[in-house]
Amino acid sequence: MSKVKTGKYSNFRERNRKSQGYLLKKLLMDYGLAFCRFLLLFGMCFLILQPILNKISVSFMSEPDLYNPVVISIPENFTTENYKLAAELMRYKETLVNSLIVSLTIAVLQITVCTLVGYGFARFKFPFKKFWFSCVMLVILIPPQTISSSLHLHFRYFDVLGLFKLIKGETINLRGSALPYYLMSAGCMGLKNGLYIYMIRQFFRNIPKELEEAAYVDGCGMLKTFIKIMLPEAKPILTSCFLFSFVWQWTDGFYSKMFLGNTKLLSTSLARLSDSLGAYIQRITGSATTVAVAYNNCIIATGTLMIVMPLIILYLFAQRGFVESLSSTGIKM
Amino acid sequence: MKKQKNKTAGLQKRQAIAGYLFISPFIVGFLVFMIKPFFQSLYMSFCDVQIGAGSFNPVWQGLTNYVKAFRVDPDFTRLLVEEIARMAVYSLAIMVFSFFVSLILNQKFKGRALVRAIFFLPVILSSGVIIGLETDNALMASLEASIEQTTSGISVTAALENILRTAGIGTRAYEEVFELIDNIYDVAVASGIQIIIFLSGLQTIPQSMYEAADIEGCTKWESLWKITFPMISSLFLVNWIYTIVDFCMRSDNEVIDKISEIMVQQINYGLGSAMAWVYFVIVMVIIGISSLIISKGVYYYE
Repeated sequence: MSKVKTGKYSNFRERNRKSQGYLLKKLLMDYGLAFCRFLLLFGMCFLILQPILNKISVSFMSEPDLYNPVVISIPENFTTENYKLAAELMRYKETLVNSLIVSLTIAVLQITVCTLVGYGFARFKFPFKKFWFSCVMLVILIPPQTISSSLHLHFRYFDVLGLFKLIKGETINLRGSALPYYLMSAGCMGLKNGLYIYMIRQFFRNIPKELEEAAYVDGCGMLKTFIKIMLPEAKPILTSCFLFSFVWQWTDGFYSKMFLGNTKLLSTSLARLSDSLGAYIQRITGSATTVAVAYNNCIIATGTLMIVMPLIILYLFAQRGFVESLSSTGIKM
Repeated sequence: MKKQKNKTAGLQKRQAIAGYLFISPFIVGFLVFMIKPFFQSLYMSFCDVQIGAGSFNPVWQGLTNYVKAFRVDPDFTRLLVEEIARMAVYSLAIMVFSFFVSLILNQKFKGRALVRAIFFLPVILSSGVIIGLETDNALMASLEASIEQTTSGISVTAALENILRTAGIGTRAYEEVFELIDNIYDVAVASGIQIIIFLSGLQTIPQSMYEAADIEGCTKWESLWKITFPMISSLFLVNWIYTIVDFCMRSDNEVIDKISEIMVQQINYGLGSAMAWVYFVIVMVIIGISSLIISKGVYYYE
């Protein structure tokens, strides 16, 4: 019947008249809403992207451009000197390789361990399970800064049950080496590891139990079931957690400063960039001068861009891995 | 019969053993790298820690460090109050912002994937050291000041603020609001994860509920508060806790800066631990009380 009607009043104006202006009103409302939404989202997207765009334009400016009030976003004297200088100051090649190695190994280690633990919490019944899970919650809640003082000393005078003191007569100093952080990652105490455990557990809980039971009935062991059946199912959440772990490790300042002091990383060298720029200028001019604020910031912006660039490339390719799988976990209390 | 029972007991036992094997890395790590340092730092906060060659020995001195933190140190109390106030205001703003943005992003329109990707970008880019660098960007601050001078009063918020001030309505309240609007960038940058969590909640709401409400003559506005809001109210709790915890761990947190400065530069581990504990306890109390209040209002749909 409706088909007949649309055939009869195919003209929009006629249909509008028949509905006593409702159709036009609705159309206008829809377009108005879409327009408002577009304005709002465009503004907010610009807000988020603007600092990056700003950094990109600043990083190509030569020093006179920074002080030129006419130059706002398009540099007059296009230059790549800033990149060269920042790369030299941060020892970009060395730190990039270091950062890559550390972030990758740490991320792999953390996600492996967190997957095991998350699976254990999701699928097995054992005494004190609630207690241990509340411990996971505690790990999420306790800021690592609270215990950092003690961790400092813990690794400064590292000892396992007094064994080293017995053999060598003194405790060993592990500060500055990367070992403590790998140990901590192996024990699920790295950066935001409680969160990964929580997310992975949540995901495993949503996988139907029948899958596992079928495997058990067919005579598959517990470990084999986990590796052959459950891991392939959990691929999306594992990639997502891996990406997070990698990215947050990449930019992390706290743990890197505390434990990986001797390993030159991108994040720590970026934090020091302003100081090393001062030292560099001093070396060139031969006298102690303060670096101009604008120039300093220009170099820092360049350095930030250089750190972020690998992440942006990663994000472009693995955007789905970040967002979609996270929203499919169905995080709930 | 007995045999049967034994068999199930065996399965349960095997389950328990396997479970403990799976979570054993966590237990070991938790005991060694969390519990021990946790209590050690609590103990150290009551001590004067003397660093010697090859060892350190804490000397018990009671509450001295706490008294020092509050009464002797010039900055600590001020920073603490400021930081907590900032946390409260910003966390609220982040909740409201991420809720409404996720509502918008849940609608269907062209380029939705792109917008989502952009909103999620700060999670990756503004983490760790980078956010600390951005906040003390002196160039931007001086630029902003000069722009404000040359274009005095053109800023929309400033003009509005002037009008409201002459109208004389509760000054303090809207000053906070305007500060938030001026710093909307900080809010937007910090709410990436929260938006995703809300979005995942919104997608689980069955469409049939809205249809039923629509047929009953419910407007969109009403169904927002009567359906959407209660259905994802449990996520408010998750997001609230996440926001506060995230705020504590940001690298531009001034209290944390202060603590690490005292520990690393002044090598005063006792005082540093005391300050860290004060901060930690306050944050935990805030999280506890607020999540109790929120969980009272949470509606569980089963």
